[in-house]
Amino acid sequence: MIELLSLSPPGWGGNLLRGLLHSLEIAFGAFGFGLLIGLGGACGKLYGGPVLRDLLAVYTTVVRAVPELVLILILYYVGTDLLNKASEAMGYGRVEISGVAAGIWVLGIVQGAYATEVLRGAIKAVPSGQMEAARAYGMPPFLMLRRVTIPAMMPFAIPGLANLWLIATKDTALLAVVGFNELTQETRQAASSTRAYFTFFLAAGALYLMVTLLSGSVFARIEAWARRGQPSLRKAAT
Amino acid sequence: MMDLATAHPAQSAIATADEAIRVENLHKSFGHLEVLKGVSLTARRGDVVAIIGGSGSGKSTCLRCINFLETPTSGRIVIGGEEIAMRADGTPASRKQLERVRSRLGMVFQAFNLWTHRTLLENVIEVPVHVLGVSKAEAAERAMVLLDRVGLADKAATYPAFLSGGQQQRAAIARALAIDPSAMLFDEPTSALDPELVGEVLTVIRDLAAEGRTMLLVTHEMKFAREVADHVIYFANGRIEEEGPPDQVFGAPRSERLKQFLKSVS
Ligand SMILES: Nc1ncnc2c1ncn2[C@@H]1O[C@H](COP(=O)(O)OP(=O)(O)O)[C@@H](O)[C@H]1O
Ligand SMILES: [Mg+2]
Repeated sequence: MIELLSLSPPGWGGNLLRGLLHSLEIAFGAFGFGLLIGLGGACGKLYGGPVLRDLLAVYTTVVRAVPELVLILILYYVGTDLLNKASEAMGYGRVEISGVAAGIWVLGIVQGAYATEVLRGAIKAVPSGQMEAARAYGMPPFLMLRRVTIPAMMPFAIPGLANLWLIATKDTALLAVVGFNELTQETRQAASSTRAYFTFFLAAGALYLMVTLLSGSVFARIEAWARRGQPSLRKAAT
Repeated sequence: MMDLATAHPAQSAIATADEAIRVENLHKSFGHLEVLKGVSLTARRGDVVAIIGGSGSGKSTCLRCINFLETPTSGRIVIGGEEIAMRADGTPASRKQLERVRSRLGMVFQAFNLWTHRTLLENVIEVPVHVLGVSKAEAAERAMVLLDRVGLADKAATYPAFLSGGQQQRAAIARALAIDPSAMLFDEPTSALDPELVGEVLTVIRDLAAEGRTMLLVTHEMKFAREVADHVIYFANGRIEEEGPPDQVFGAPRSERLKQFLKSVS
């Protein structure tokens, strides 16, 4: 069993770790891309005109309604197809789309819909006086977003965003359906080649668990930092 | 005054430059509710103008229209001789101009509105550094002087939520002073405070009045208004019902409403 998991062939440990790295790469990219979409989406929903608000409502509703697996298939095949058509039309011929880029794009769109709602709620939870003071002192909109709105909403957003990050790490497993070599896919290959299903899926499970535990402590630190201006709730309760 | 202006146009310009804040025929409606029904007021440089009146009479709305936290329905707002350009619907025509004007008006809110994720020092240097472009070192040095002045030098590294309301409001006044304001706008600065904390904030404001700061002060502290104001304005129902020097407004009120109001608050 130890030989099976060793990092160099004939062991499969190296493949598993490579798969994990790919998974994390995509999860990280998708989470970041989702955050950008989410920030834009939240601002659009809160401050945008009626057309933009309607479009964003369609986006968040559809993405959250359709099962992720179906969305991934749609976005992956439609996305690559459109990209190829566009590239052919411009005379460049078919393009090779990297699995990582495709994964980030597909999961990022899914993450963006949820992040839009998390951030919209967080911004609305900020007492209006915070933004009002910024306006009263002549802060331009973007400066206010950067210096006041975003830092002030962080305490309300972090728990939701931590959830989204964990979902992102696990949603990478769904990319196996489009043939991407992330952790789950690598595990399946190792398991079916060696018939040691139990060993490999247990190992993969342990890796996912480690990622979750590590993420938990990282987010706990970020949350403590984001709440630096607020008296601790525990103290207030006693 | 009007005659003088028509006879000597050059002097009219000087008279305007002497005015820190001029509000002309200000109207403001929220939907169908007309809150301000044509308010005009002027604060010359160094004036302390106190605004008093019953709850809901439009005092806050008037103050907030001056820096466009509320969009006036119609009227003219002139700050330091510069009229804030307005579109026909009352919205500001130039965001840049409005931001520049706002960054010279120090506003102090009833609920303090310090930025909770920043320490007192960070709160005080925020606008000088990020809006006015002052260097961080210079802003911090000045901020410490101001915090010291309001008695909070030892709290510079503390976050607002860990301080009393009186301390927060004094820090908010330091934040307003940090922009070197051409005028200060106070909206009931002591109304959210426990009674024993009111005095410490009034002491700071009294001090500012004495050094000749231009201030528009909405307040329910009648004794204080009488003591520090050069001019008192009584609001009722979205209009200026009566105004004049403090001794006249408080000592010899003419309007029946004002008499009632003064009786009810004393
Ligand atoms: N944003 C708003 N929307 C609707 N009505 C408002 C708003 N702000 C104030 N009002 C109304 O305008 C009136 C005057 O309010 P305000 O200027 O705050 O009075 P004051 O400061 O004198 O107590 C009140 O009747 C209040 O309910
Ligand atoms: Mg008020």
